[in-house]
Amino acid sequence: MIRTHVLICGGTGCTSSNSLKIQEAMNAELIARGLEDEVKVVLTGCFGLCALGPVMIVYPEGTFYSCVKPEDVPEIVEEHFLKGRPVERLVYHEAKEENVHHATSLSETAFYKKQKRVALRNCGVIDPENIDEYIAMDGYQALGKVLTEMTPDEVIQTILDSGLRGRGGGGFPTGLKWKFASNNRGQVKKYVACNADEGDPGAFMDRSILEGDPHAVIEAMAIAGYAIGADEGFIYVRAEYPIAVKRLEIAINQAREYGLLGKDIFGTGFNFDIDLRFGAGAFVCGEETALMTSIEGNRGEPRPRPPFPAVKGLFGQPTVLNNVETYANIPQIINKGVEWFTSMGTEKSKGTKVFALGGKITNTGLVEVPMGTTLREVVEEIGGGIPNGKKFKAAQTGGPSGGCIPASLIDTPIDYDNLIAIGSMMGSGGLIVMDEDTCMVDLARFFLDFTVDESCGKCTPCRVGTKRLLEILDKIISGNGEMEDLDKLEELSNYIKSASLCGLGQTAPNPVLSTLRYFRDEYVAHIVDKKCPAGVCKSLMQYKIDADKCKGCTLCARKCPVNAITGTVKQPHVIDTAKCIKCGACIASCKFGAIYKD
Amino acid sequence: MKSLAELAAIREKMQNKVVIREGESATRVVVGMATCGIAAGARPVLNAFVEGVAKNGLTDKVTVTQTGCIGICQYEPVVEIYEEGKEKVTYVKLDADKAAEIVEKHLKGGKVVEEYTIGAITK
Repeated sequence: MIRTHVLICGGTGCTSSNSLKIQEAMNAELIARGLEDEVKVVLTGCFGLCALGPVMIVYPEGTFYSCVKPEDVPEIVEEHFLKGRPVERLVYHEAKEENVHHATSLSETAFYKKQKRVALRNCGVIDPENIDEYIAMDGYQALGKVLTEMTPDEVIQTILDSGLRGRGGGGFPTGLKWKFASNNRGQVKKYVACNADEGDPGAFMDRSILEGDPHAVIEAMAIAGYAIGADEGFIYVRAEYPIAVKRLEIAINQAREYGLLGKDIFGTGFNFDIDLRFGAGAFVCGEETALMTSIEGNRGEPRPRPPFPAVKGLFGQPTVLNNVETYANIPQIINKGVEWFTSMGTEKSKGTKVFALGGKITNTGLVEVPMGTTLREVVEEIGGGIPNGKKFKAAQTGGPSGGCIPASLIDTPIDYDNLIAIGSMMGSGGLIVMDEDTCMVDLARFFLDFTVDESCGKCTPCRVGTKRLLEILDKIISGNGEMEDLDKLEELSNYIKSASLCGLGQTAPNPVLSTLRYFRDEYVAHIVDKKCPAGVCKSLMQYKIDADKCKGCTLCARKCPVNAITGTVKQPHVIDTAKCIKCGACIASCKFGAIYKD
Repeated sequence: MKSLAELAAIREKMQNKVVIREGESATRVVVGMATCGIAAGARPVLNAFVEGVAKNGLTDKVTVTQTGCIGICQYEPVVEIYEEGKEKVTYVKLDADKAAEIVEKHLKGGKVVEEYTIGAITK
């Protein structure tokens, strides 16, 4: 008889820090101790607190363990599972400080307190490879409800009333998309597609949903199929997400076995099935028309819109294409109702949004908050602030298509319209935090380098324009910039935005424009003073030794890979800037803080 | 899946198995599982509680968990039952049969089994 459940995170983050080895060790130890019939080990999806992985939670006590190593397993089994004494040294430190050990109070810790988990509700709670556990959490109830109690038009009206907007970035009302695709039900072949080609650097919310709760997406797609009159669906998922792909395959097969996909679902005569298609790593295939072209078996290139996919989509037929996180909201909107959903969020952005916190932040991981939560709450409270006592400088939302939010706007409530108004965008939900050591010109260059690489080359403004933008940025960073380059950057950016064929090009200049808007002084410093204020751009700085602080220990001279440092023992050393390759090895080795960047 | 009833049946069956993950319930049965408790036979007692609670359909109301040494080693196996708004009840010198009886009378019936409590033994 099972008395204890051990939930081990099997998301990509924790898996890469050995959570599968922990699961193995746990199973072996339980058998060795004769506890295998009393303690059940479950591999779940992401808990969100990726920075402290591998994480696990033990029920019914709800003890939250972080940074667990396989060698800790015997102690956990003996002390906790057998004797009932949680292993204090492994209990999540914040929970320990606040003296909470139980799941009910775990939600009181700063990381979880302000979160509202809707799309992530089953992630870290159920075994994603077991359809029965999804059903236990009211899974497939919504599909049953729409098929037996609602007309397709009522379903669309419900989604419209909920105010749900696309979570993939654009923020288009989901119900409206469904409505446009709903004409001529039963007379025309239609498709439902899911965009799981999550490509923004630093975004991993869709991956985590697919890994932690794949059935939610499958159920929602079937609901969409019923609403618009489609019997076939495709999930376009990145091949670089092997765990997500595997769990989706398992989930689809289980749903078929149960008859929740296939013919005559719930005996209502409704047919629906789903197939997977794998993306080969092209960023542009996250753009809807390129994605559909790729599913059709062609090279992933966008085409002009209109016609929109709802009119002419996959194989020329009407198609509803939504993002993973959007779908994950749908079963709950059906089950819990429009009022429940609209009670969260702001006037024009309802519900919650999942953010992938990354960059210079303590709690790297996945968080879900109601729309309208301020950036300050996300960064300082949930995210635990900036490590090493550094100052918050800016946050990048929307990845290479978005823009930066400077420290002065940290109290902006995050929703679709506010972010657009301040020159950024929601994007898929990557949130990269930057501290004072980040150079904003270098940041713009980083994202532009990415888009230049990922431009499909079909239209000239994107293919050539972004390349020219990158060259101007390189010129500035290498110390050859002129003030008129700033005007050129702006002018060219606006041309690219207005003339590019698809979303990739139309948004590619955003990082440049938003850093120019909020951090123009940094560009000017690079051009006029030939200095990089953050000390990042190598061409614009030199490593020097402060003769007063240098004790002549010779350590740096020995570490320097190019022998650029000279000096005799106990005498101040000197760096030959002509030889120096600015690798930073000397700074890292100096015990007296005598080396500085200038 | 040919009907909603089939889905409901799976849901019903599975809910009992995952309810444990909602954390602790209003009523907690805490079994002393330190070295002294285990030596005195606390494990069969713990298992009897887990089984009894499941058998009586009480999984959503009662959490069975362990703790370390309570400090009265001579009375092990010791089990304490915490109920919201009520005084804690301490049962001592239990075995699997007594545990089953406590589930039946106390947890299900709401009546403390006086003869197994620490008060009865120390008199």
